[in-house]
Amino acid sequence: MSQDQIAVTGKPAVPAATSASAASAGFGAFVRRNQIVEHIVLLLGVLLMMGPIAVAFTTSTHDPVTIHSEGMQLGFGNNFLPTYEAVIFEQTGFTKQVTGWGMSLNSLILGLGFAIGKIIVSMLAAYAIVYFRFPLGTLCFWIIFSTLLLPLEVRILPSYEVVQGLGLLNSYTGLILPLIASATGTFFFRQFFKSVPNELLEAARIDGAGPFRFFWDILVPLSRTMIAAIFIIMFVVGWNQYLWPILMTTDESFYTVVRGIRQILQVWIGADIPAYNEALGLAIIAMIPPVLIVIIFQRMFIKGLVESEK
Amino acid sequence: MTTLEIKQAVKRYPNGALAVKGVDVTVEEGELVVFVGPSGCGKSTLLRMVAGLESVTEGEIVLDGRLVNDIEPAHRNIAMVFQNYALYPHMTVYKNLAYGLKNRGTPKAEIDTKVREAAKLLQIGDYLERKPSQLSGGQRQRVAMGRAIVRDPAIFLFDEPLSNLDAKLRNQMRLEIKRLQRRLETAAIYVTHDQVEAMTLADRIVVLNNGEIEQIGTPAEVYGAPASTFVASFIGAPPMNLLEAQTGDGAIVIGDTHIQAPVRANGPVTLGIRPERAHLADGSGAAAGPPMQVDTVEELGAVRLIHGSVGGQHFTANQSADEPIPGDHVRLRLQPDDLHLFDHDTGRRL
Ligand SMILES: Nc1ncnc2c1ncn2[C@@H]1O[C@H](COP(=O)(O)OP(=O)(O)OP(=O)(O)O)[C@@H](O)[C@H]1O
Ligand SMILES: [Mg+2]
Repeated sequence: MSQDQIAVTGKPAVPAATSASAASAGFGAFVRRNQIVEHIVLLLGVLLMMGPIAVAFTTSTHDPVTIHSEGMQLGFGNNFLPTYEAVIFEQTGFTKQVTGWGMSLNSLILGLGFAIGKIIVSMLAAYAIVYFRFPLGTLCFWIIFSTLLLPLEVRILPSYEVVQGLGLLNSYTGLILPLIASATGTFFFRQFFKSVPNELLEAARIDGAGPFRFFWDILVPLSRTMIAAIFIIMFVVGWNQYLWPILMTTDESFYTVVRGIRQILQVWIGADIPAYNEALGLAIIAMIPPVLIVIIFQRMFIKGLVESEK
Repeated sequence: MTTLEIKQAVKRYPNGALAVKGVDVTVEEGELVVFVGPSGCGKSTLLRMVAGLESVTEGEIVLDGRLVNDIEPAHRNIAMVFQNYALYPHMTVYKNLAYGLKNRGTPKAEIDTKVREAAKLLQIGDYLERKPSQLSGGQRQRVAMGRAIVRDPAIFLFDEPLSNLDAKLRNQMRLEIKRLQRRLETAAIYVTHDQVEAMTLADRIVVLNNGEIEQIGTPAEVYGAPASTFVASFIGAPPMNLLEAQTGDGAIVIGDTHIQAPVRANGPVTLGIRPERAHLADGSGAAAGPPMQVDTVEELGAVRLIHGSVGGQHFTANQSADEPIPGDHVRLRLQPDDLHLFDHDTGRRL
């Protein structure tokens, strides 16, 4: 429904121009030619983005020998079911403990924990910074903000040290908790809260809403679209984590999909032809949840933009 | 009975700005008091001190006999209507009205009765399930008033509630607010910088300037006997003419004309004359008033504004459109009762 709205509001100029073309046919032709050019550009973009994925998918339906000798395949092979069955259900790894399904679950837990944790922590931090006067509040914000200059890769050893010291290696807590502090999220929520009119807070105070109620009844619902946007970004970031899980987990039952892809290529090296088809198949599967998340939340995101409640 | 007493209220903002400088106001039961003054004079600040949204630096706010200086807004028994409505955008009209009651722990059935009653009173019953974004400006204004009414407060506080509406709707809503307030018999403070709103709504007007009270009185008092040149020029459109003049021997001297002074005065004064009280007489006659040089005539339909100068100072007179358009030289016919004298230095009424 909301997408239809976008389609309508997105190009108001075109119907207007077409009706004007009754008066001047030349102008109408110009508009139509322009549309063709637009579509060609869009199609090229789609090809550029989707091409590699399509080729990865078609190639994954061939057997490893074909791929190894003939390279990437543009047509479908007849290995679709065996490949994907193996990828999803076959035990892999050194210890033969994990399946593609299990790794996807791990990735999902990491992605969700990462996104939800970051949203909760950064909303609370931004709430404190924007709405409460406490000593050195601004300084606190800038300290949080400056951690943007220290990405995970820079502080990975001390982070490892801390997690190891807490005995959280090989656990979901150890995977998620150290990463959920988010300067980016805090910054976005701070900017958003600052744009909420002050009268809303005052009206809520007169209506007897204390700090907790104001946050829960007013700010959180108003932030829906922000939350959706940050959720999309953070889920994908969490899902794609690679370096951090490698360090934090040695137990194969904690393997994520992204690691699994590499694992498939690595295990057979030297001994056999790597299972290219399975690696590509797993890559395709690994793509599905983030794509779903983007599609689902993008609707809400766009709806929020169209309604523009504030 | 007195609903609200503001005693020697002072507000100093943390940055040192002194916004309210010792103000005394009382609001009687059922009375509508308007705070009026130019931008930045401290009207909103004073109102927000009553609401509890600003702390009171010095002085006392007593509401229904209870000192409320340190009481949270929610527990003060007030209701406020904001300039930009401040409706909760994500809640339906119904929930907007109900939110305050819900937070007080009012039973659901009672909330429902009250919300529907207020909605009926304000004719917003058809919109209860809509979001504020789906309402027009006037409807939003009504919802904002509904939210105030359901609280059943001791006093309503309005901060320029109509300034976001277009002129026509503003006149209509102004009347409606007045009727509603009469009907509910609840005291109210109404803040505006529009003197027409002030004159039409108020039982009493409080004219503020620079954090201090210039005058408190009924609209007729404030208009008929302004306490200072500030009030004289602020209330009334077009504003009162203010002329520098000399006095002596019970007479006012403007140029070469002497007029009988309404009060005893000596030395330089400021003479105030309302435009509609300055009657024009043909310049050739031997009428006693001071001469006026006319340079522009503005037709407003029912009335006509005559701009010109008297004794070298700008002067505006107001005449009915039925009267003939005057020539370039006229004389003013003035009644002693229509003359206002102000101290030349302090601007206070003599
Ligand atoms: N939060 C604040 N901090 C410091 N000074 C303030 C603050 N709010 C208002 N002031 C100052 O206090 C004075 C009175 O402000 P106030 O908002 O009460 O004016 P007002 O009469 O309501 O004006 P307007 O008609 O423009 O709304 C102004 O000089 C203003 O600059
Ligand atoms: Mg104001």
